[in-house]
Amino acid sequence: MANRKSGGLKGWLYLLPAILFLGFFMVYPLIDVFIYSFEEGYNSASQTYFGTGMYNYEYVLHDPYFLQALQNTFLLVIITVPLSTGIALLISVGLNSIKPLRKLLQTIYFLPYVTNTLAVGLVFMILFKKTAYSEGLVNLMINWFGGSSVDFIDGPYWAKMFVLCFYTIWVVMPFKILILTSALASVNQDYYKAARVDGTSRLRIFLRITLPMISPMIFYLVITGFIGAFKAYSDAVALFGTDLNAAGMNTIVGYVYDMLYGDSGGYPSYASAAAILLFSIVLTITCVNLLVSGKKLRY
Amino acid sequence: MKVILQNLTMKFPSRDRKKHQDVVAVNDFSFEIPDGKLIGLLGPSGCGKSTTLNLISGLLKPTGGRIFFGEDDVTDLPPEHRGIGLVFQNYALYPHLTVRQNILFPLENLKGKDRLTKAQMQEKADAAARLVQIDALMDRRPGELSGGQQQRVAIARALVKMPRVLLLDEPLSNLDARLRLQTREEIRRIQRETGITTIFVTHDQEEAMSISDMIVVMKEGIVQQIGRPQEVYDNPRNLFVAKFLGTPPINVFEGQVREGKLYVGQEAVLDLALGKENLPKEVYVGVRPEGFLIREDGPFGCELSGVEVMGRDISVVSTHKASLNPAVRAIVSAESGPLAAGGQVRFSLKPGKVFLFRKDTEERIL
Repeated sequence: MANRKSGGLKGWLYLLPAILFLGFFMVYPLIDVFIYSFEEGYNSASQTYFGTGMYNYEYVLHDPYFLQALQNTFLLVIITVPLSTGIALLISVGLNSIKPLRKLLQTIYFLPYVTNTLAVGLVFMILFKKTAYSEGLVNLMINWFGGSSVDFIDGPYWAKMFVLCFYTIWVVMPFKILILTSALASVNQDYYKAARVDGTSRLRIFLRITLPMISPMIFYLVITGFIGAFKAYSDAVALFGTDLNAAGMNTIVGYVYDMLYGDSGGYPSYASAAAILLFSIVLTITCVNLLVSGKKLRY
Repeated sequence: MKVILQNLTMKFPSRDRKKHQDVVAVNDFSFEIPDGKLIGLLGPSGCGKSTTLNLISGLLKPTGGRIFFGEDDVTDLPPEHRGIGLVFQNYALYPHLTVRQNILFPLENLKGKDRLTKAQMQEKADAAARLVQIDALMDRRPGELSGGQQQRVAIARALVKMPRVLLLDEPLSNLDARLRLQTREEIRRIQRETGITTIFVTHDQEEAMSISDMIVVMKEGIVQQIGRPQEVYDNPRNLFVAKFLGTPPINVFEGQVREGKLYVGQEAVLDLALGKENLPKEVYVGVRPEGFLIREDGPFGCELSGVEVMGRDISVVSTHKASLNPAVRAIVSAESGPLAAGGQVRFSLKPGKVFLFRKDTEERIL
């Protein structure tokens, strides 16, 4: 018994560094932000505030910039998560079913993951940005097919949204392909042999065997995809510059950042309220995800 | 359905690119499997038995030879059109489907006029489940079943379409010893009840001997011997077959034939039947463990190293200079009387349990 007890103590001792680290950098700030979000006009320099209450939330929820950011973020999530997961699945299945060139193609598909963000931004400039010299490669192609040029960076909302979604999908794809190809490769080949002997059609093999077998991985990608997309910020900055509010392409994280440091900066209370709102959204969606999948993914 | 293999050959290209030599997994295999029999394909690992099974199933295409099911040439048919049921070594049950869904799976694939109604499918699945006695487990998932139960589900899934031929790949190797005994009887029973020609692969000779109507012993892609288990055991065609069948394994000695007598070491251990004058001088001598009789005046002396009592029988372990096995094992009846520990033990040999093999080809000569 004594042995066991000291073992428990020892265990806690081993955990201590991680607990301290997480406590200082995760739990404490989280609680702090939560408190700030209820403190009106908190000033971090003088550590003062006027009063407590729901005022910050009220303000943020009526701020057109926040509502714009909320809309952008939701659109981004709803469009990019299913699309990127779906396309990644298609590509992975394709990669898994070919033999020659598989290694080469796998490498190519993985390249965006190891490419510098600035380089990626440059590529997207070439593709989409209007400059004094060119209209961008995509516009060139649109013109070929007889369409008229669209300004993707400073133009209409849908065009900017399209570029942002395109960029996000392109950036998150390699990781998803990596995960899914390894998930596909780990499915025991005997299942496919058994299915073949039973004369199962390819579609049915995919739907009834492959998909369920890799569903835990797909689910993992969807959850992390949701969370990642909700936290989107740097992608928008890379494409539209730092003044996202003016471009109308701000995200929730961008809004939080602007409230703290941007031109409209210096409002930690509003920033905290917005951050807590984002936190509760992500938490809710993840819980819903877990509940839904908990029912389906049991084997 | 009888299954006919004609000069069946399977070559795989060599992995080693420098050696332009194919790996021959199955070499010129011809055999007619009679209808409704249980056949055991037997051999050490890498002997081509699983390849043979995959060729019959259609998962692999032979590089030469033909396969017939009855009158139909199925060599070029894909697996799903051959009418086979295949049970995998690891069962390959779909883990996310229940037992019932697993068994229904092959039926749901049927299209066109073969398509059954829902009720018919359920009926067939229930019948298959009853046959293998898992009807109480229909709503469980494979992960919630024991190895033996999973095995039955796999057999039910293979049987539900009423295949013309049932193929089992190492069906017992994932089960523990006790379950193995039970399950092999079970396979025998199911095969008898359905009357489906069944071919199973195993490396365990005891397994093959105990339930097969016929066994096929293979080595390095070449069929060594085909026959009823007892026949093959009593009349091995060569040293490999003799060594492969039987537990404990056959005892092998270096021996000489002189003047119609068989010598092992310095002793003449057996009078050989006359008319065998043209025997080679140097031979391998195989003696089945049950071929020894303890006789105080027996012609064959060994150095006794121990006695293992196994109830009805006792196993006498000894050594002999000319033995190729590390120990000579003799199974004798417990009534043979007490043995002195250490020292010499003398045997006489039962002629029918002694085989002679050529030294060069290892072919049996007597």
